[in-house]
Amino acid sequence: MGIRGIGNTKEQSFAMAATALTTIITDLDKVKHKIPVTISCDAPDDELLLVDWLNALIYEMATRKMLFSRFKVEISGQHLEATAVGEKVNVIHHQPAVEVKGATYTDLRVAQDTDGRWLAQCVVDV
Amino acid sequence: MDVSKLLRQSNYIWQIEPFGNMHVPAVIYASEALIHDMDDKVYQQVTNVATLPGIVSASYAMPDAHWGYGFPIGGVAAFEPDHGGVISAGGVGFDISCGVRNLHTGLDFHDIMTVQKKLADALYRDIPAGVGSTGRIHLDSQAMDEMLSRGAQWAVDKGYGTSEDLERIEEYGCMKDAKPAQVSALAKKRQQDEMGTLGSGNHYLEVQHVVEIFDEEIASVFEIKQDDIVVAIHCGSRGLGHQIGTEFLRTMAIAASQYGIALPDRELACAPVNSPVGQDYLGAMRAAINCALANRQIITHLVRETFAKIFPQTTLPLLYDVSHNTCKVENHIIDGKPRELYIHRKGATRAFGPGHPDVPAAFHDSGQPVLIGGTMGSSSYILVGTQESMSLSFGSACHGAGRSMSRHQAHRQWQGRQLIDQLASQGIMIRSPSYRGVAEEAPGAYKDVSAVVDAAHQAKLAHKVARLEPVICIKG
Repeated sequence: MGIRGIGNTKEQSFAMAATALTTIITDLDKVKHKIPVTISCDAPDDELLLVDWLNALIYEMATRKMLFSRFKVEISGQHLEATAVGEKVNVIHHQPAVEVKGATYTDLRVAQDTDGRWLAQCVVDV
Repeated sequence: MDVSKLLRQSNYIWQIEPFGNMHVPAVIYASEALIHDMDDKVYQQVTNVATLPGIVSASYAMPDAHWGYGFPIGGVAAFEPDHGGVISAGGVGFDISCGVRNLHTGLDFHDIMTVQKKLADALYRDIPAGVGSTGRIHLDSQAMDEMLSRGAQWAVDKGYGTSEDLERIEEYGCMKDAKPAQVSALAKKRQQDEMGTLGSGNHYLEVQHVVEIFDEEIASVFEIKQDDIVVAIHCGSRGLGHQIGTEFLRTMAIAASQYGIALPDRELACAPVNSPVGQDYLGAMRAAINCALANRQIITHLVRETFAKIFPQTTLPLLYDVSHNTCKVENHIIDGKPRELYIHRKGATRAFGPGHPDVPAAFHDSGQPVLIGGTMGSSSYILVGTQESMSLSFGSACHGAGRSMSRHQAHRQWQGRQLIDQLASQGIMIRSPSYRGVAEEAPGAYKDVSAVVDAAHQAKLAHKVARLEPVICIKG
């Protein structure tokens, strides 16, 4: 499934891409923002950084059995620091539709459009 | 896909002559109708694969080919290390050794229908599935490495199944030369709580009814007959496989240029087999194969326990277990000479024919069972490998039917609750934690698996033996 984040800054576009990731699994408004998890990653370029960010989230979701609904992202060069906030998965409440396996390089793009807005997108494997 | 771009070799064999950087032709096995329905990206991807170093004979696409990550899903390609051949994480996929196994039950359709709801509820309760699910087994570090080294053999030693099961699994349940040390700590942590879980998406556990026999002789060898009930388990290497795929895709994408490999698509990330990265991936991928085999073995045990509560006399012996996302070292005859090749099957099933030494003794004269999963609500098939497939596709066939629409479109078109009710009215009981998940997996969201199987049969990649319909479907 393709996910896309658009924002006024690169960081916002990464945060919105993460939001889109959650919406693949469940309705965003079903996920309370109670438990923070910090994530950091480094990559050789913006596009690999997006993939690494999303894969770090996927890893945290899988190992903590959590879903996330709020994201604060800071990017400095090719280094990302973020806080993802969410709650433990409740199958009855969240009714997760699908499990995300990983972010791919298909349709991978991080770029600033002519209007100055940032786009961050890729396909994730489910 | 525009069929005029292809050279028709027969009604089911289409070729793309090498152009640009292609080293070999591309060959697509499909009917003309299936070709029309294939997305254009299959053409791009199957020809991209043909540009990879050390590829042998051709870049193949099976009748169910659809766009994937680098390789098309339904892609088969062989590489020779001595000629700079590569191994590709994208050519195996994120769900390493995803596969299907079928279990006999000794029961018939009537036996199941009298307890259909009770059995559906019991399986749904007893088999961990879906996001947030946890397996019964939690592996410590030592146990994890033992499992990764020995696969289903490890599981049997731990009491999940019998040694007879191992005879009916590819590689006899254990992929040799697995290297647990090449599996990252993250991958092992991701798997710690997931042993014996089904996953979600297009994974399932189904109770199926044999509705049609195409070849009575082979069906007899496989010990299946009309009205038999069979259990099908479709899942793979879970979080460990996904994490290995993620990590090595990145490593290979970054390292490709230092090996002089110009990737037409970053997703085709690969490394020479005879390179440190290539060898590391090989070791980790083999460990993931063992993880998938162990996982399906544990689920088999859980299914047997559940059936025994309702049908105390059943033992659910294993018919066969096939994997469809792997890279394996195999010997194939090319131009009359045996060559050791690295065969990538990405969403393609091994389909070895009669007499192949890797086929269990029970299937020596017939060829191996080839298990093709349908979708929730549609037919599944049992085929048999053919002698012809060895020269046509390195002994490979299709693995199922690809999607005909996106999950988003399916969710807009179908309502999960209504779909469940509709399938129930057709005698199919669905159990799933998510109505949306059910809608996304609607039978109408997939291509016609019967057309795919017919094409595989007509192309002689595999030979039809039986058709099955679901009676109970457990989704994660």
